Amino acid sequence: MFSTPHTVLVPFVLLALAGCDLGPSNIESAPKSQILHLGNGTEPQDLDPHVVTGVTENNIITALLEGLVSENPITLAPEPGIAQSWSVDDSGIRYSFKLRDSARWSNGDPVTAHDFVWSWQRMLSPGLAGEYAYQLFTVKNAEAFNRGDIDNFDEVGVKALDTQTLEVVLENPTPYFLSLLAHYSTFAVHPDTIMAFGKMDQRGSLWTRAGNFVGNGPFVLKAWRLNYVVEVERNPYYWDADRVRLNGIRFYPIDNANTEERMFRTDVLHATSTTPSDKIEVYQDQQPDRIFISPYLGTYFYRFNVTRPPLDDYRVRRALSMTVDREAIVNSVTKGGQLPAFSFTPPNTQGYFPPDPLIQFDPVGARSLLAEAGFPEGQGFPKLTLLYNTSDGHRRIAVAIQQMWKEHLNIEIELENQDWKVYLSRTRDLDYDISRAGWIGDYPDPNTFLDMMLGGGGNNRTGWENPDYDALIRQAATTTDNATRFELFETAESILDAESPLLPIYTYTRVALKHPSLRGWYPNVLDRHPYKYVYIAESDEVQQ
Amino acid sequence: MTRMVISRLLQAIPVLFLVIAVTFFLIRLAPGGPFDNERQLPEQIQQNLLASYNLDAPMHQQFLDYLGNLSKGDFGPSYRYPNRSVTELIRTGLPITLELAFYAIIIALGIGILAGAIAALRPGTLQDYVPMALAMTGICLPAFLLGPLLVLIFGIWLGWLPVSGWGYSPGDKILPSITLGSAYAAYIARLVRGGMLETLSQDYIRTAYAKGLSTTQVVWDHALRGGLIPTIAFLGPALAGLLTGSFVVETIFQIPGLGRFYVQAAFNRDYTMILGTTILLASLIVIMNLLSDLISIWINPKLRDPSRESSNG
Repeated sequence: MFSTPHTVLVPFVLLALAGCDLGPSNIESAPKSQILHLGNGTEPQDLDPHVVTGVTENNIITALLEGLVSENPITLAPEPGIAQSWSVDDSGIRYSFKLRDSARWSNGDPVTAHDFVWSWQRMLSPGLAGEYAYQLFTVKNAEAFNRGDIDNFDEVGVKALDTQTLEVVLENPTPYFLSLLAHYSTFAVHPDTIMAFGKMDQRGSLWTRAGNFVGNGPFVLKAWRLNYVVEVERNPYYWDADRVRLNGIRFYPIDNANTEERMFRTDVLHATSTTPSDKIEVYQDQQPDRIFISPYLGTYFYRFNVTRPPLDDYRVRRALSMTVDREAIVNSVTKGGQLPAFSFTPPNTQGYFPPDPLIQFDPVGARSLLAEAGFPEGQGFPKLTLLYNTSDGHRRIAVAIQQMWKEHLNIEIELENQDWKVYLSRTRDLDYDISRAGWIGDYPDPNTFLDMMLGGGGNNRTGWENPDYDALIRQAATTTDNATRFELFETAESILDAESPLLPIYTYTRVALKHPSLRGWYPNVLDRHPYKYVYIAESDEVQQ
Repeated sequence: MTRMVISRLLQAIPVLFLVIAVTFFLIRLAPGGPFDNERQLPEQIQQNLLASYNLDAPMHQQFLDYLGNLSKGDFGPSYRYPNRSVTELIRTGLPITLELAFYAIIIALGIGILAGAIAALRPGTLQDYVPMALAMTGICLPAFLLGPLLVLIFGIWLGWLPVSGWGYSPGDKILPSITLGSAYAAYIARLVRGGMLETLSQDYIRTAYAKGLSTTQVVWDHALRGGLIPTIAFLGPALAGLLTGSFVVETIFQIPGLGRFYVQAAFNRDYTMILGTTILLASLIVIMNLLSDLISIWINPKLRDPSRESSNG
């Protein structure tokens, strides 16, 4: 009865039966259904714009909600959103926003200036503990209210003059203020909905669930299956609904890049959130129309702990920086089209270019600097440790740099990897020699990079401070003229280059897979794609 | 028998308490907290966050509060997903993981018993070597290799089956179940072969043949029953292993099960979620081991009365 040949066949027959008809794939049915399928990193923490902090959440929230301003899909320049127009007075601190008549919540209620005042009060309430509350700290007294120093929200610089006019008063002129208004932390939420499910400043109430969520964006929340998919569908009450061409979007949380790539390959996804690094060349060779690489507003760099000898000597730090061959790293290690970086701020950050780099790849110059610092030919140089968070990509870069320092400076570096949270707590406590880091801009302006290095700043984490640098950055914060600001930033950045508390390695790129039928999806430095411009083309259009 | 069940259940209480206490303090010893991010938060915002989750209270107070809530069946809110309670996360993930583990164990038993029995019937021949070599390969192939391999063959090259999902398109449960079950199928095959070989050499098997029974009858009615005893003892720990080990398969196939939550919770330092899942899995392991002991006793009369075992030994 146990006849081997037949029993061996059983699973195969079952597989063939089960797999006989998979139906049309997501990609095949999309031109008709206009349903977009996106890989979206991890499971969203929540969909409350005042509580969450991630890119994953941003991708979904911008489908459900819109701020006072929206973004141009190509340049990210502020464009009218819920506000149809705005004006700013000569001092640059008093803004007046005119909300459009046609702006509606997804239950049909009008969107009013009062909703924004209420929402900003919510965002800034200490009880809500919103992590992005500091995005509003440019508004007068906002920080004091968030700290609990003042209780009366009327003292904060935001007021509804009537249902359609919102007035905002800032602490200082802030040239990038409008860009902040396209960030979800400044969006309005529907007050009655929040209050129906809890208190104003309650974290994690159930208002963000499908069926409860009331938004004012191009789409409404249809379903949210935990760790599986978030589905949104067209919002008929959206003020610009005529422009919206998609009928819906499905966001899949996929934390494994290889799984995501396989889903893309079998026509489950239109676009991925990332690409496994060993697949980049394969796609570039075989399907160059499906991979796109675009610059991203972020810098990959190493921090030096300047409180520890010999890294307290700027000559040592510069010598280390001058012997990292960035070209070799981006061409042979990362291979994702990254740009070698010699300054902290990425080039062309909203028109700003860092000063001509002081640091170049120069092993000879580096050896003489190291000799000046007391370590001729690397003699007597202590064994330093390079800390990075566990990841194959970080390891490969660290190994390459370890080799370069050995070869050019004759010094030994030890590598140490740690789990993400351990790594964070060690860098924060300055419990490291050299540590890997990355910084992604919050808004397209050099300030989002350069104010990180203010003395004593929470994200500085190098122990480095320089009063001249701090003065320049603070002066830039109160300067309205952009040309003057950029000059101040350049001067500040040349101080940073000269002292080298950081070792910039490359400017990030985003490498993602994208199906050719996906249209209206433009590369930009923050990788944001306003969905009202996106659509899926018919297959014959694809071939043209 | 009843006395044994009650005493085993009573023993479980201190075990579970110890698991809770050790987990509670160990995860807080790990560097980094649930709200540490790349960006350092302003001091006040950090304080607001800790206060809103009672994490600013003294450690022993937090522990007592946790036990108090637990006794009311409340596992607390997840720190990572502010609008989900741990109970809800477990309620969503556990049935999926259980379903996956169930299919995997069915596959493991089906393939394992078949292969083991075939091999045991003609030891030392090709009919023995081929299934056992396959079993060895199955044990050696880890899920993170086998999974993508199966996907490549059946999902991408042949296009027969979906490469991801769970209950979303027809047939998407097949590959994950096979991936998770295969290593256990291999173990079971070896266990069944060993058990059968031992049974087949017993006197009563010879008696059965002498009575004129066919091979099929002998195997079905006599040999398999004895041959399965080691497998049943293995099932309790195997099921526990399937539950805790499912996260690899869940990640490869994009399955929204508990395993993925468990591992993500550890990386995120989602204290309440780690505790909730650990308590649940510890309870399941205690129960599974008890069940597999009970079944062993039921199937093997020797274990019911220790005196008979010694006289037979």
